[in-house]
Amino acid sequence: MRPDPDGGAPPLAIEVNDLTVAYREQPVLWDVDVSFRQGALTAIVGPNGAGKTTLIRAILGLVPLAAGMVRILGRAPEDARTEVAYVPQRGSVDWDFPTSVLDLVLMGTYGRLGWFRRPGAAERDRAGEALEKVGMEAFAERQISQLSGGQQQRVFLARALVQDARIYLMDEPFQGVDARTETAIVEVLRELRARGNTVIVVHHALQTVAEYFDEVVLLNVRRIASGPVEEAFTDENLRLAYGGRVPFLRSAG
Amino acid sequence: MELLHALFFDYTLRTVALGAGALGAVAGALGSFAVLRRQSLLGDAISHAALPGIVLAFMLTGSRATPVLVLGAALAGWVGTLFVLAIVRRSRIPEDAALGIVLSVFFGLGLVLLTFVQRSPTAAQAGLETFLFGQAATLLEQDVLLIAGVGSIALVALALGWKEFKLLSFDPDFGRSMGLPMTRIDVALTTLLVVAIVLGLQTVGVVLMSAMVVAPAAAARQWTDSLGLMVVLAGALGAGAGVAGTLVSSMGRGIPTGPTIVLAASIFVGVSLLVAPGRGLVAGRLRLRRVRQQVREGESEP
Amino acid sequence: MNGVHLEIQLLAAVVAVACALPGVFLVLRRMALMSDAISHSILLGIVLGFFWVGDLGHPLLILAATATGVLTVALVELLHGTRRVKEDAAIALVFPALFSIAVILIAQRAGGVHLDVDAVLLGEIAFAPFRRFEWNGLDLGPRSLWVMGGILALNLLAIGLFYKELKLSTFDAGLAASLGFSPVLVHYGFMTLVSVTAVGAFDAVGSILVVALMIAPPAAAWLLTDRLPVMLALSGLIAAVSAIAGFHVAIAFDASIAGSMAGMTGVAFVGAFALAPERGLVAQWQRRARQRVEFAGLMLSIHLLNHEGGARAEVENRVEHLSEHLRWSPDFARRVVRRAERDGLVVREGRDRLLLTPLGREAARHGMVQAPPAR
Repeated sequence: MRPDPDGGAPPLAIEVNDLTVAYREQPVLWDVDVSFRQGALTAIVGPNGAGKTTLIRAILGLVPLAAGMVRILGRAPEDARTEVAYVPQRGSVDWDFPTSVLDLVLMGTYGRLGWFRRPGAAERDRAGEALEKVGMEAFAERQISQLSGGQQQRVFLARALVQDARIYLMDEPFQGVDARTETAIVEVLRELRARGNTVIVVHHALQTVAEYFDEVVLLNVRRIASGPVEEAFTDENLRLAYGGRVPFLRSAG
Repeated sequence: MELLHALFFDYTLRTVALGAGALGAVAGALGSFAVLRRQSLLGDAISHAALPGIVLAFMLTGSRATPVLVLGAALAGWVGTLFVLAIVRRSRIPEDAALGIVLSVFFGLGLVLLTFVQRSPTAAQAGLETFLFGQAATLLEQDVLLIAGVGSIALVALALGWKEFKLLSFDPDFGRSMGLPMTRIDVALTTLLVVAIVLGLQTVGVVLMSAMVVAPAAAARQWTDSLGLMVVLAGALGAGAGVAGTLVSSMGRGIPTGPTIVLAASIFVGVSLLVAPGRGLVAGRLRLRRVRQQVREGESEP
Repeated sequence: MNGVHLEIQLLAAVVAVACALPGVFLVLRRMALMSDAISHSILLGIVLGFFWVGDLGHPLLILAATATGVLTVALVELLHGTRRVKEDAAIALVFPALFSIAVILIAQRAGGVHLDVDAVLLGEIAFAPFRRFEWNGLDLGPRSLWVMGGILALNLLAIGLFYKELKLSTFDAGLAASLGFSPVLVHYGFMTLVSVTAVGAFDAVGSILVVALMIAPPAAAWLLTDRLPVMLALSGLIAAVSAIAGFHVAIAFDASIAGSMAGMTGVAFVGAFALAPERGLVAQWQRRARQRVEFAGLMLSIHLLNHEGGARAEVENRVEHLSEHLRWSPDFARRVVRRAERDGLVVREGRDRLLLTPLGREAARHGMVQAPPAR
């Protein structure tokens, strides 16, 4: 564990209090209280339109808050941007953009480089290592449009790894990827946890929640339940989150 | 060869070609970002919106000096961009309609002012109508210096903010998540685009200037998968279109320069789309045929 | 006011309405800038047609120009279909090229002839009354009034006959296809209508101002209504009023009539943008101020409900906590609480602890249910 600057109990990785977010006067999240423990792998699950993506975008400061507040490692979010790495949804960018895999991964270093500085040899080395971790080192010079969906996802993950942050927020990294990519991502998640990092993942597949994650947040516009998987991930809570439409997937898993 | 001789020794032609080339380079390089950000038609709106700014600048100062008019154009282009943003953000009107309204209404206001100026007895023919289709022949040495000077500053600014502009074009939310001021970076890049456009208005005109922003970039994109190379190549193709258009229009009588430059750039696009290696349509067709052949050979083998 | 002025105003109104009607569907289909592309490239059709028949009044010119308009749509789709350029870039590549060819051709062969560059940009509505339509020596009015009247009638007829198809393919292309309307056929049929209209209007107001007449009045109307028939009627009305107002402004300042008409459509749009009863800036601002307190009251109820009986209820339900956690200023928090008390959503226990009333609990549950299940 990292030493805690304040001495006492380690602060929470992220603390969200009374968070309300509205798009065009339509509330998407209502008064959500939730906290994320340091060093844990946490899944955010809930039906479509439950506000899962909005929750992590609100934490990242990408959407305006109607009310409530967010603390990251006990600090105001603006003061903690370099502590947080972000893996957006794969479909959020244009993969026909003229750039190479290595170049894309290097974008993860821009936050700390400062104005006018270009990434140098040190940054390239780190990007190479990150690509190795996700098994994409052979593709470094490849143009990004030539990647498969799973490869795109792993490159996005590598970009977050070079951010060298303490908290990782990932938006549906398992969505539509091949088995090999899924394994690679899970391995990276476990390694991050082993090094004391916090990982928060918007997740769709209920059958893998118990296998991959320590904690879970069930969300449907408001927080339904949260806590360790074995306590919070109950049939009762799932029914509350998904209404009558409890996905059959869980009984299969 | 006579043409090349003229290019080197005919002072007027050389001046015009240099000006058109410099503007092509600046517009091509900065246009690459507009094309990649799907803002091709923003350039059209900006160039049309510039017209009332040009006429107002003349009406307020009484000066026909290029820097004054260019400044007026830049301000009006900027205001037009702000209008588009405000309409999209504050109403249900989608971006394409907002662009259409701004470009046509600003242009209409510009024409009202222009006809008003032309008919008022105090101001004789101001020569402002050259800004409609451009008149490269009116380029003076100091105009070329202005284009080259301001254009160079814009290109240096582009180089300085390179990685931020790249990030803005590819994944602005990711940049914001790292705490980078993406809105300000967006403002900076849009300002550079406005600069590139207004520099070209005297040569190519408000009606066709957007093509100089889009065409070299669209052509360059076909040849490379690297953003750096694309920007350099777009600049080169833009300059090439500027010089080639000037030369061709100097060969005959009454061939307008602006449309000729635009046509040259359009031909570059057509050729690039067809024959560029990799992305070109011919290369794609050949690849397809090769794959089919391999499949067939694979089938014929036992 | 003389007869010529009356005829110009009548023509201006007819042109504006004829443009605004197909414009409604262009705006709704997110194809507003196709009008920009079409209105430019029809010049090439006019020039080529003119070289062919040698008479600017020949009906064949309208045919040739319309064909180039449709060709533009096809070229944009072809270019976009190669997947080598994005759609916006495809539009921005096609029409400048065609327009450039046209301008060069004009400069080459039509110099001195009636086709001059000013006419391309400004239109010639001021001269329209001087070209008369005569039949057996009988003066039947300006020729362009007959042409534009015909195009307006064609638009009314086409939109009337194919209203269902247009509406369906605009709002739900998938459903339209499954019901057996070919989206491609509707699309190209509609684009032909846009092209014919642009060709007719081009003569009067020039190539760029056609865009203003096609886009601005429908956009203004869209801010005023949700219903398609009302939007069509309003667009026509706004277009006609803008055109006539534009004429008078132009006469007063001795400036371009077409430019002034375009300017007036802009004024109409800005007016709707600022003042539309529900969607205007002023209405948005008023509603936000009002809703902020209502919304806050609901949020307060939900907040209390979420923490009811919870371990931290003691803390969460204090008035002073609200300003801290919900990011409300103490002043605003007091206002919200006062209003919630008055509405019977909460009661105060002791000095500053808040409790939900049954009504407040109901409101909170209802509020959360109302929160949309889908984005």
